[in-house]
Amino acid sequence: MSTRLAEGGIYLDRSEKRTFTFNGKRLSGFAGDTLASALLANDQMLVGRSFKYHRPRGIVASGAEEPNGLVNMGKFGTFEPNQRVTTTELFDGLQAESQNHWPSLEFDVGAINAKLSKFLPAGFYYKMFIHPRSFWKHVYEPFIRKSAGLGKAPKSRDEDTYEHFHMHVDVLVVGAGVAGLTSALVAGRAGLRVLLVEQTSRCGGRALIDGGQIDGLDVADWVGQTWGELNAMPNVTVRTRTMGAGVYDHGYVICYERPGDHQPDADGPRHRLWNVRAHQVITATGAIERPLSFAGNDIPGVMLASAVRDYLTGFGVSVGDRVVVATNNDDAYRTAITLHKAGLVVTVLDARPEGAGDAGLRADELGIPVHKGRGIAKVHGGKRVTSVDVCSQAGEGAVLESIECDAVAMSGGWSPVVHLWSHCGGKLNWDEEHAMFRPDPARPPLGANGEGFVVPAGAANGALLHHDVVHDAWAAACTTVDTLGAKVSGKAPEPSDESTKPMTPVWMMPQGAKRVLREKAWLDYQNDVKVSDVQLAAREGYESVEHTKRYTTLGMATDQGKLSNINGLATLSGELNKPIPEVGTTTFRPPYTPISLASITGVAKGDLFQPVRKTPMHDWHVAHDADFEPVGQWRRPYAFVRDGESVHDAVMREVKNTRQALGLLDASTLGKLIVKGPDAGKFLDMMYTNMMSTLPIGKCRYGLMCSENGFLSDDGVVARISEDEWLCHTTTGGADRIHAHMEDWLQCEWWDWKVYVTNVTEQYAQVAVVGPNARKVLEKLGGMDVSKETLPFMQWADGEIGGFKVRVYRISFSGELSYEIAVDAGHGLAFWEALLEAGEEFGVMPYGTECLHIMRAEKGFIMIGDETDGTIIPQDLNLNWALSKKKDDYLGKRAHEREFMADPNRWKLVGLETLDGSVIPDGAYAVAEGDNANGQRNTEGRVTSTYHSPTLDRGIAMGLVLHGPKRMGEILTFPKVDGGEVKAKIVDPVFYDKDGEKQNV
Amino acid sequence: MLTLQCPYCGVDADETELSPGGEAHLKRFGPGSTDEEFEDYLFARQNPKGVHFERWRHAYGCGKWFLAARCTMTLEVFGTYSAQTTEPPQTIKDAITAKRPGWTWGTLS
Amino acid sequence: MRYSGFRVIKEALTGHKGWTAAWREPDPQPAYDIVIVGGGGHGLATAYYLASKYNQHRVAVIEKGWIGGGNVGRNTTIIRSNYLLDGNEPFYEFSLKLWEGLEQDFNYNAMVSQRGILNLIHSDAQRDAFIRRGNAMILNGADAELLSTAQIKERYPFLNTENARFPIKGGLAQHRGGTVRHDAVAWGYARGADSRGVDIIQNCEVTGFRIENGKCLGVETTKGFIGAGKVGCAVAGSSSRLMSHAGMRLPMESHVLQAFVSEGLKPVLPGVITFGAGHFYVSQSDKGGLVFGGDIDGYNTYAQRGNLPVVEDVCEGGMAIFPMLGRARLLRMWGGIMDMSMDGSPIIDRTHIDGLYFNGGWCYGGFKATPASGYAFAHLLATDTPHDTATAYRFDRFERGLMIDEKGMGNQPNLH
Repeated sequence: MSTRLAEGGIYLDRSEKRTFTFNGKRLSGFAGDTLASALLANDQMLVGRSFKYHRPRGIVASGAEEPNGLVNMGKFGTFEPNQRVTTTELFDGLQAESQNHWPSLEFDVGAINAKLSKFLPAGFYYKMFIHPRSFWKHVYEPFIRKSAGLGKAPKSRDEDTYEHFHMHVDVLVVGAGVAGLTSALVAGRAGLRVLLVEQTSRCGGRALIDGGQIDGLDVADWVGQTWGELNAMPNVTVRTRTMGAGVYDHGYVICYERPGDHQPDADGPRHRLWNVRAHQVITATGAIERPLSFAGNDIPGVMLASAVRDYLTGFGVSVGDRVVVATNNDDAYRTAITLHKAGLVVTVLDARPEGAGDAGLRADELGIPVHKGRGIAKVHGGKRVTSVDVCSQAGEGAVLESIECDAVAMSGGWSPVVHLWSHCGGKLNWDEEHAMFRPDPARPPLGANGEGFVVPAGAANGALLHHDVVHDAWAAACTTVDTLGAKVSGKAPEPSDESTKPMTPVWMMPQGAKRVLREKAWLDYQNDVKVSDVQLAAREGYESVEHTKRYTTLGMATDQGKLSNINGLATLSGELNKPIPEVGTTTFRPPYTPISLASITGVAKGDLFQPVRKTPMHDWHVAHDADFEPVGQWRRPYAFVRDGESVHDAVMREVKNTRQALGLLDASTLGKLIVKGPDAGKFLDMMYTNMMSTLPIGKCRYGLMCSENGFLSDDGVVARISEDEWLCHTTTGGADRIHAHMEDWLQCEWWDWKVYVTNVTEQYAQVAVVGPNARKVLEKLGGMDVSKETLPFMQWADGEIGGFKVRVYRISFSGELSYEIAVDAGHGLAFWEALLEAGEEFGVMPYGTECLHIMRAEKGFIMIGDETDGTIIPQDLNLNWALSKKKDDYLGKRAHEREFMADPNRWKLVGLETLDGSVIPDGAYAVAEGDNANGQRNTEGRVTSTYHSPTLDRGIAMGLVLHGPKRMGEILTFPKVDGGEVKAKIVDPVFYDKDGEKQNV
Repeated sequence: MLTLQCPYCGVDADETELSPGGEAHLKRFGPGSTDEEFEDYLFARQNPKGVHFERWRHAYGCGKWFLAARCTMTLEVFGTYSAQTTEPPQTIKDAITAKRPGWTWGTLS
Repeated sequence: MRYSGFRVIKEALTGHKGWTAAWREPDPQPAYDIVIVGGGGHGLATAYYLASKYNQHRVAVIEKGWIGGGNVGRNTTIIRSNYLLDGNEPFYEFSLKLWEGLEQDFNYNAMVSQRGILNLIHSDAQRDAFIRRGNAMILNGADAELLSTAQIKERYPFLNTENARFPIKGGLAQHRGGTVRHDAVAWGYARGADSRGVDIIQNCEVTGFRIENGKCLGVETTKGFIGAGKVGCAVAGSSSRLMSHAGMRLPMESHVLQAFVSEGLKPVLPGVITFGAGHFYVSQSDKGGLVFGGDIDGYNTYAQRGNLPVVEDVCEGGMAIFPMLGRARLLRMWGGIMDMSMDGSPIIDRTHIDGLYFNGGWCYGGFKATPASGYAFAHLLATDTPHDTATAYRFDRFERGLMIDEKGMGNQPNLH
């Protein structure tokens, strides 16, 4: 059984006890424990179930590569699935539950899948469930979906907070093991701005467990001293619990800090995403040990040799009294020696006939039994290991002896963590000697200047031994400092050395294992992919490594194949009889380990998700029960709803009141662009389809804008302010777009024209004062002359009203007597309130966008976004009058000359009047006789705007109809979604006050 | 995240400060041009896998449009320059030639 | 070999020794009647339909890497036919109908899963637009239903309908929409084509066309010249580069579209949801991962990786409508190169060179189009006339001003 030893555990503070629960069971550990070490200390070998076969799963690793130890943690708003026990620091009150089983972890009905495993080989589902078709939807798939996923989905709103940090540095060092510390020290001493991040809570990496010396100091002391020196440097920032998550183009790196996960009750964010812009990135991310592929290698108690050592040395946890170490390299001997020194019984099976170097000698001296040329034929056990069958590695698995044991420590060699190197395009070479992929220095990821910006250091660069790690990191840091034009100071650190024998690649144990063994040899523990699955995939032609991965799901689990990819690749290469580099690797993609979506979102949620643009009167609208609708980034009042009214009632009231008395509209969101300069008139003649250069000073003109492609893109009233200045109104959503559009043409095409464009949309509040009483209220407030004579329709004037400095435009989008009045934004609310107060006796009411829409539709005015959708040209809307014939050129003119633009069969704008007075449903199409070539119903028109007009007390609509203007009086049929239909007569689109008498009074 | 130096304000601007604007150095064809010329101007693009001349606007900075020569495969930036030119300046061409020997301007690549 | 549950059981009992390769690995022959360049979904589907519906068997598919390694293997697996415009809707509805019988047709379970797709509505203007779209769909024989907020809430209880920055005011559902196991589409078509005599030649890059007197005679490849009566190109993001060998400049740009998947979770989302106000769409795969995506990165690129601004944008949009998503973790992000056309719609047409045909410009809608694209391209290659559902997808529509612009964004490919 696994247990806590009486002594040991360099990471522990045994004076600080921590209690936690696992599946409701109360357990305890110490400060410094991970959830994994605490579970093992409590003999909790079984921690979960695998995805496909629901096989019992135990902890395999001690770090980010762990595939099995995944638990649900927390409750409600702090609930989170798939938490990795090896990277979860233990805290008081932690509640963990194992995943993917029913009814319990110990007894899981789903385990029946394991019994059926021979019927469920790789890709089985592609070959079955094909007939009958309906069975897939109603029988097979619901069943398959039910078994999806491991952890439960979170269902409550996340209660925690998250934030982003932004930082620019010369050098980002990822990983604070010996290599990272060495690199950071060199860069720091060279005076560069350095950020050093470490994914765990402590620096030192494997060296704290594995020992060695640097410059005559024990490595633990050297680590402490270096950490101290780095912390003291003002130009160096160090951060633990921070993982280098992803490397992006041009030196952009995201680092994922978890300041809150181990102290959920503390103030501050749970996660912090560092957005780092680094000139150079040093990846000192270490290496990951590989499992060995032997039968039963997934039984709880089979672990990585390094993990067994970590738990013992780091956490004082023995994973078993009797341990078999299976290895193909010298490193695992450390585990054997550590176990032996702790008084545990250990046997080494070394697949290499020649055995190990210095480590082998030490094992001999200690009397550890070492069997050379031996491997594991099979591990026995169910929910934990009971014994191991020993065989010749060279053979087919004949059992030479059985060893009773509680745990197996395996080592198939080490793979450098090359993820960050690879994210942005760094390439790898296959290192035959160490059987691993390592970064190819000739093909690094390239930055903005076309030079490499990532430098691997230490084990991440394939330098696996202590001595080599230090030297490699020194060299990497020197190169980096040099690249950045700084100077290296000090001398290279001197690490201790030891002699090792080369590892021998072992991709199958024993190498001639028969099918029954291969069917029990796991590659991917979480997704249940076995050696036999990869071999089957290869045989079926899924030969590319990407095919094999996708066909078998190898490496697609939450660990993204950190343990399984290389073993799977080697298995594939063996089956195809091609060398590993020819088979290639799958692509490494960010993030290195999964990161919370909330950390990526940061603060951009709730009110800060696409923050609302507000007019100066916005808060007044909120206080007066406006029903809002999103328009661009604004939220505009749709209607001001009074007590006892529905929204529809309110809209009807607003229309009637505005037509009969006085309405106020907050029109501040309308875009306002000032176009000024000697060539401004010429420029506007290009921008608008109609002529703006001839507009007299003091007058207004409605204008249309087309894209170069000919489509109507915006409209609005333009006012000539002075000889060289125009003010262009745009639609609410259009201001920024049209401003950019103007700048584009000015800067990139007619750059010699002397014109400035300024967007003053938010400098002014604008109020539309509309209705028969509009003039009365302005006259009551007093100030400038707003009479018909002094300020006629389609003119503007500057002046003062009620003490406010204003610019008044006599323009109307409603057909009523109307003044649009601009005041400085800061006076907007005061002016609005002054109008309301003064307007009381004239029946003033504010109105919203729906009222605006109805009034403009009653008048037959088009609305960008309703009558247009990016496929409409002015001719479609009978706006030919606004297409200047005098101008040689304007944007859209050439486009309109194309064949289809001049097609007489384009649908054209008409008014539509239902025969029964009802409202045609939005988006309705008019159907024509017959079907088209595809057997689909022919159509001859569609509705673009449709409303109930309270003024006419009937439904009115505008629409685009085939040959519409020539078909006045004809009846069209519009099917409704509910199956019925509406009939409507084609009429003139101006429903109200055709002669425009009301606006021109 | 791409970084491009705005040639007007000198800022090393993140992609988030910029708006992309497609291929640069297009010659406008207006009224009087043939259908083919107009189509070519408005729609046909080189879209090379390699050296690309493109338009960017420092939208959340100085507001200026500028041009960049960038490799669409490695994403390296050979240089940025004023939008007010009909062909890349010699310094930009030289910078590209230094990195991509044999490269020539104006050909399909 | 025919796949069935029975076959799986039989093989299981005999040690799975009888499975044979899903497709052969032939060396290229000197010449074919038809050569398809591009072993992605569209190319393989084209070959499959040429062989199965148009009786063409001297056909080769030439792929520079591994089949299915491009966009068919890196998309968000959504199928739907909720299009608006006349040029598009019949084609996508045809495609959806082909999806519905696909697996029985090519004897491979691609897990066509019609769990429905829902476009959320946030404003009156959006409602009008979606109702119009729904009407267009219904008139074209597709299904569409307008759902109320309450109906949506019932199906998706974790949607934030009230407090979001953009309140949810309903949605347009297409119940026949859904997802398909994307890799299996490529594999199923490949296996079906191969068994009908099509040569699938992997790791063979086309380096040029042999064109004499205005006629295309075949392709130059890294495995030598391969003669062809007709050459059909279906290479998505590589279109401009490939067609430049024929001296063509296409109306398209290549951009990267990113996609994302979370760790596997127990089922929580039945169908596909798109959030119109933020750039976000999501579904949950049969394995439990939430598969989601957003907008393209706006600059031209051939690098199959995207950048962080879009990632942030997507996650923000996701959390706005699903606040509980914050505690789900992002497992993997990746990118594919999209052939973004100038009006957002594809081209399936002859080129000005005799014997050279083109299929591309799929923007990020290519996956759902795979069956119809293959079918229509096969029809064109076999008969030299456009398929009835694809008559609008012509090269000359730009010159004629007949763009098919669903989004109304104009000639800005990065906005489609």
